[in-house]
Amino acid sequence: MDEELHDLHQMLQSITLFGDLSHAELEAAAHTFGEEWFGEGQRVLRQGFTGTGFYVIAAGEAAVRLNGKDIATLGRGDFFGEISILLGEPPTADVVSLGALRCLVLPGPALKDFLESHPKVMYRLLQAVAMRLRNTLLWES
Amino acid sequence: MGELRPFPPGRYPLVVVGSGPGGLQTSYCLGRLGVNHAVISADPAPGGMFQRFPIFQRLISWTKPYAPAERGSRAYEWYDWNSLLGEEESHQALVAGCMDGSVYFPSRSEMHEGLTLFAQRAGIRVRYGCAWESTRHEEGLFTLGTSDGEYICETVVFAIGTTTPWRPKIPGLEDVPHYAEIKPLDAYRNKEVFIIGKRNSGFELADAMLPVARRIILASPTRARISVVEHAAIGARARYLQPYEDHVFGGGNVLLDVAIDRVERLPSSGYRVSASETSGSRKLALEVDEVIAATGFTTPLQDLPKLGVSIFSEGRLPALTRFWESASVPGVYFAGSTTQAAAGLNKYGIPSNSAAVQGFRYNARVLAQHIAEKRFGLKRSHTGIAPSGLVAHLLAEATRAPELWNQRAYLASVVELSESGMSNGGIVPLAHFVDTAGPDAVAVAVETDLTGDIHPAIYLRRSGRVEEHLLGSDPLHSFETIDHQRQLEALLKAYVG
Repeated sequence: MDEELHDLHQMLQSITLFGDLSHAELEAAAHTFGEEWFGEGQRVLRQGFTGTGFYVIAAGEAAVRLNGKDIATLGRGDFFGEISILLGEPPTADVVSLGALRCLVLPGPALKDFLESHPKVMYRLLQAVAMRLRNTLLWES
Repeated sequence: MGELRPFPPGRYPLVVVGSGPGGLQTSYCLGRLGVNHAVISADPAPGGMFQRFPIFQRLISWTKPYAPAERGSRAYEWYDWNSLLGEEESHQALVAGCMDGSVYFPSRSEMHEGLTLFAQRAGIRVRYGCAWESTRHEEGLFTLGTSDGEYICETVVFAIGTTTPWRPKIPGLEDVPHYAEIKPLDAYRNKEVFIIGKRNSGFELADAMLPVARRIILASPTRARISVVEHAAIGARARYLQPYEDHVFGGGNVLLDVAIDRVERLPSSGYRVSASETSGSRKLALEVDEVIAATGFTTPLQDLPKLGVSIFSEGRLPALTRFWESASVPGVYFAGSTTQAAAGLNKYGIPSNSAAVQGFRYNARVLAQHIAEKRFGLKRSHTGIAPSGLVAHLLAEATRAPELWNQRAYLASVVELSESGMSNGGIVPLAHFVDTAGPDAVAVAVETDLTGDIHPAIYLRRSGRVEEHLLGSDPLHSFETIDHQRQLEALLKAYVG
């Protein structure tokens, strides 16, 4: 069970975003990311608030909530918070835990350095963002 | 003899486990609120970790003999990170009075003396030598099995510290002494010492060994985080940075960014450390005289996970609500350094100070108030605030409230804005305020951004929605300027007229 997977190195290794990293790079990532726990209904990202981080879901689910309405559900391996950090703007939606939620978290100011020094993660992240964009365009067409 | 060992096994409304600063502060605050409780501790005397740590006998948290605020005042607490919080003069700023004045970081013994004095003067009763050994939960009651017998209670607060040595799963590391197990300093004379870990405990060892060790290697997978760069006490503190400067100058001592693959004992003496660079592909094999694991500590949760207490962070911390209650077993609370498990807003990755006395002493006061209300039905009275005084009150809190300075972006000072009048809502966890629906209210916090700028943040709750408004900073950190008044008056126009 995901809930039993407490070793941070193993947890990172099992997440697609970090799937291309070597053992040593995973160790470094395990020391760079922190881990946070959220209870049912707690907000992880807050619409309009400054200073947010980059989150990767390690266990559980979260809803993307815009003006009180859920517009997407995120699960294990999904990430969020990167748009706000890359654009230097507060999040435009809340992300709210749906039950117990464990996330790996990287402080916003550390994301640029981390991606530049781990281009394989950057590529995986771009792939995921491209898929989101494609799905949005399909949905709108 | 009976009073020397109070609280015999039996039934109590609430039991506090622990007599370190977290347990003492929680018991003090519960007592002041009239919450009947017992305190038990495995230790022989008050003080918790400060009976033994830090290893090299000098804290990294300041208590300034002379400060911009008068000793003993509420504002002075920002300049005294080590004393527990008292309501009476004879209970306040006690560590400051125990220091010899030569250094503004107290020695371990001065800190211990201050905590002991607090327990004595405040009359905090503890059953010492009573070790918590097991836990059961049946029909809404907790049964704590101890070395003295069973304690039955509806509510339990664990203030058990984060002091059990922890090692990551690296082959061979189990045979290496931990920070907590190092030999006397002279044993490292003219030795090559490999320290695993670049946080404060690693730097503390390296700094202390500078005069004796032949060479010191500090190693961990990522570069050292430094407090003055991180804008937070999470990084290695400035006064431990001499080994870092040696590394930068090529002065013999070295910092390595490597993942440790394994540690092996050599047949005669010493160790071989195999490591891999994390920013390159080189493999290293180093033969050294000594290896020390400065790899941190964990919370001695004992059988609490079996009881249903959810854990995270590789099993080192319990999952907590914003008021430090187990998220999975209601009625189980945590105080002291374990309160770091409730992360708060963590803005820009700057954590709270809940892992240290200067932060968790305030958590304890908020926790006691919360328990008194939620578990014992003891409502607090709220003092009124005149609308004409609202702006001045909020700016004074931002400038001087030690809760807001010691727990930035974590604790907030609240004023409730009802139609019948304004009242002081006290200090609450900021995450609770911004994520909880409720009547109109305003909260002020002190925050630091990614540039290190320190400024007040106003959170205004109107019709159930909370908006963030950041005020400007000030070079001398006084937020009671005309500009701040104007900014805040414009924001609160609907309430202050």
